[in-house]
Amino acid sequence: MLETEFNVGAPATAWREAAPPEALLQARGLCFDGGGKRLIDGIDIDIRSGRRTIVMGANGTGKSLLLRLLHGLIRPTKGEVLWRGRPLDRRGRHAQAMVFQRPVMLRRSVLANLRFALAVRGFTGSERSVREAKAMERARLDGLATRPARVLSAGEQQRLAVARALACAPRALFLDEPTASLDPVSTHAVEQLIREAHADGVTIVLATHDAGQARRLGDDLIFMHAGRVVETGCASHVLNTPRSEAARAWLEGRLYLDSSS
Amino acid sequence: MGSFMGSLGEAAGLIMALDADLLEIIGLSLRVTLTAVAAACLIGLPLGAVVGALRFPGRSLAGLVLNALMGLPPVVVGLMVYMMLSATGPLGPLGLLYTPTAMIIAQTILVTPIVAALTRQVVEDLHTDYAEQFASLEVRPFDRVVALLWDARLSLLTVALAGFGRAVAEVGAVIIVGGNINHVTRVMTTTIALETSKGNLEFALALGVVLLVIALVVNGAVMTFRASAARMTYA
Repeated sequence: MLETEFNVGAPATAWREAAPPEALLQARGLCFDGGGKRLIDGIDIDIRSGRRTIVMGANGTGKSLLLRLLHGLIRPTKGEVLWRGRPLDRRGRHAQAMVFQRPVMLRRSVLANLRFALAVRGFTGSERSVREAKAMERARLDGLATRPARVLSAGEQQRLAVARALACAPRALFLDEPTASLDPVSTHAVEQLIREAHADGVTIVLATHDAGQARRLGDDLIFMHAGRVVETGCASHVLNTPRSEAARAWLEGRLYLDSSS
Repeated sequence: MGSFMGSLGEAAGLIMALDADLLEIIGLSLRVTLTAVAAACLIGLPLGAVVGALRFPGRSLAGLVLNALMGLPPVVVGLMVYMMLSATGPLGPLGLLYTPTAMIIAQTILVTPIVAALTRQVVEDLHTDYAEQFASLEVRPFDRVVALLWDARLSLLTVALAGFGRAVAEVGAVIIVGGNINHVTRVMTTTIALETSKGNLEFALALGVVLLVIALVVNGAVMTFRASAARMTYA
């Protein structure tokens, strides 16, 4: 019923057909079960290289789960994730980084947080120092290098989290609602970091339920409802003329329930 | 009450006079206890961190065993170590029975499960915070354990203190393997037991007071260090 109503197949297929062959990341028949329920249900998507892909939907629709599946943090119950056309493996995951909604700060200084990430990713010596300095400057945390990371403000912590992820030179960066608890100024600063990363060629996959942010940052958009992708396409197109009832209701601020959710 | 106060006064006199026997007993007690706690930390901290941070078959059982071993009866440990170190035991040729080393071995066996079990809990709680970040960064198991031990270092000071508390107050095991030999293996707790049985309450009480003061000083020093370090490192 959901598929007929939302016409899932058509837009998703059309988008895939429009996508260039160099799709960086692909999900094929992705399913994930938890607590006896299907939480992610047969997702087929392509994440195109060098693009900013927004994953949108209401709370509990599976945005964060999808990001974790794509990043390889959890294993799908069914289906697979392809990285540059091959099953996602350690090498593929090495080329990715993720920023979480609640930034995970080690109980160390700001600089030590950066240093740890770079060390485990194999950066040593002068290269590590250069990356540390660049990340501190990029995140505008220059004067806070020796401060305990956990005493930073929420905005500073999230900037550090993004800078830490980018310091490891990922090809793809996943961001799970990185500005959900930030004020507008901090949100702007984090968005600026995302723009800079994108300008450097990093593929961005951002989960958000902020339509304004999706407009500001999105090239492509994936709209989810009840663990399924109900609409995909160019971000501005989906946001301006949503085809699915779930996306339309969401953008109009209406409560949308359907029998399958 | 009057007798107690009198004994307390005489105890204070012994301490103030820096009685040679008293100092020898205090010195040996600290040597045995601190060495045992250090050894227990060397074994128990990484052991607890591995069980708390890594996933492997039998992990739950390992946690259960560590928790259960926290309640090891000292006299049973003393008896086991005695049998190992006695002339007919497998380690008899080492000639360690009735030496401070035997007491250190017994105390290490008693304290290690406490350190390991409490470390497991501290590390597991911290790992819950870090797990996704570690997975995202693909932190290797060894690096994971090291990072968690380092980041939990201030909480682990309290774990070491718990081990110290157990070791410094221990009497059952050390009296079995040490024999409470004067000028050789006599420590504060065994001396308190002996002097009390002899009716020499002043000396026993003096040692009791010293024991309490040592425990207070060590705890105070560690907690002060922990608080100031926490202000510099943690949120």
